[in-house]
Amino acid sequence: MKKLLEMNHVKKSFDDNLVLKDITLTVEEGEVVSIIGPSGSGKSTLLRCATLLETMDSGELIYLGEKAAANVSGKAEYANSNELKKIQQYFGLVFQNFNLFPHYTVLKNIIDAPIHVQKRNKDEVNKEAKLLLEKMGLSDRADYYPCQLSGGQQQRVSIARALAMNPKILFFDEPTSALDPELTGEILKVIKELAKEKMTMVIVTHEMNFAKDVSNRMIFMDKGVIVEETTPEEMFQSTNQRTREFLGQYHNLG
Amino acid sequence: MSYSTMLSQLAAGMVTTVIIFVMTLVFSLPLGLLISFGRMSKNIIIRNLAKIYISIMRGTPLMLQLLVVYFGPYYIFGISISSSYRAYAVIIAFAINYAAYFAEIYRGGIESMPQGQYEAAKVLGYTKSQTFIRIIMPQVIKRILPSITNEVITLVKDTSLAFSIAYAEMFTVAKSLAASQRSMVPFMAAAVFYYIFNFIVAALMEYWEKKMSYYK
Repeated sequence: MKKLLEMNHVKKSFDDNLVLKDITLTVEEGEVVSIIGPSGSGKSTLLRCATLLETMDSGELIYLGEKAAANVSGKAEYANSNELKKIQQYFGLVFQNFNLFPHYTVLKNIIDAPIHVQKRNKDEVNKEAKLLLEKMGLSDRADYYPCQLSGGQQQRVSIARALAMNPKILFFDEPTSALDPELTGEILKVIKELAKEKMTMVIVTHEMNFAKDVSNRMIFMDKGVIVEETTPEEMFQSTNQRTREFLGQYHNLG
Repeated sequence: MSYSTMLSQLAAGMVTTVIIFVMTLVFSLPLGLLISFGRMSKNIIIRNLAKIYISIMRGTPLMLQLLVVYFGPYYIFGISISSSYRAYAVIIAFAINYAAYFAEIYRGGIESMPQGQYEAAKVLGYTKSQTFIRIIMPQVIKRILPSITNEVITLVKDTSLAFSIAYAEMFTVAKSLAASQRSMVPFMAAAVFYYIFNFIVAALMEYWEKKMSYYK
């Protein structure tokens, strides 16, 4: 299996608050990895470090063997902007609150970056975008503006926007947290379908049952460290005190 | 003097007023954007220079600034002022003054943009300038239009300050006609002119705002 993402000994602190304490994580091609954990455990920060929205204090970040950041005498040293620009194309990110461009139509949200960033052929990009919209069940919404769509529809557009860049790996940062349960279902369905197509994904989520269903591997984070990393089956039968405590809360809720 | 001569003189003044108005916007709108970048710069020297500039421009009377721009070259540097400089002085003084106000409006608009828009653009690989031109600025313009309208309407009336250096725009002409003809008519004509001018400006801006309301 090809390693798409490697993060080695990642450390990150905000002021004096150590948010990530030595995190190491590998994602292979075709894998679906879920990251779970309580609020403030560092899962979102980890995702933001992986997607270059946040800079690590120390550690390595490697995509497809290419170093985005190397560890040089205890400090993360990032590659030059040209290399980062190339590496940027390997991944996509779906945000919790969509972050669609409100002044663009649905179609334009999807095609703008492929055309103006990747400089791809307009007709080809348009064709692909129409297929993506069809896949997301939004063919009839191409000319709508984001404000005219429901939250679930907006999130599906943002998934299509990320996919239009043809990323090797797709990150989701709590993709359903801004949605009500009914709309959550339609997003989870889309992600499950992507998993079937062997899309490599890393998903930060609070939807435990979904995480169990969709992932090959689950990571439980707490207080800036990875407590446990295993298959969903084993995670839910964990003997680790902290894991049981955390998952127990969800059982009680259900 | 007949009404028609009076009106033709006033009409010439109107044309001059419109020219001052247009030229001021042409220079102050881009200059204001530049100053707002300075005001938001990470470099503390540039940021403070912009801050001081804005503070002075907003803290002193426009009429005083106009006099300084017009007489300054002679009083400070001993450069004799040609009569054609009068027109330039008006536009320079107005442009640098209005740029300060526009700069703060731009800054307010740019700083009000949610961080998520920058982050989404960054993850999609947009360069900084692409992000600003394609994603941020179009949304900023929509947000700041009502404030810009306010300034533009004030500018229409402020053009009359050119009277202080005897530049023959609408107001200057009206005042001298009123004095020489001992008549209120030129003032009435001036009032109607400014009102209609601003009515048109407000209508155009409202139309533009409406055009931008296709999204939230």
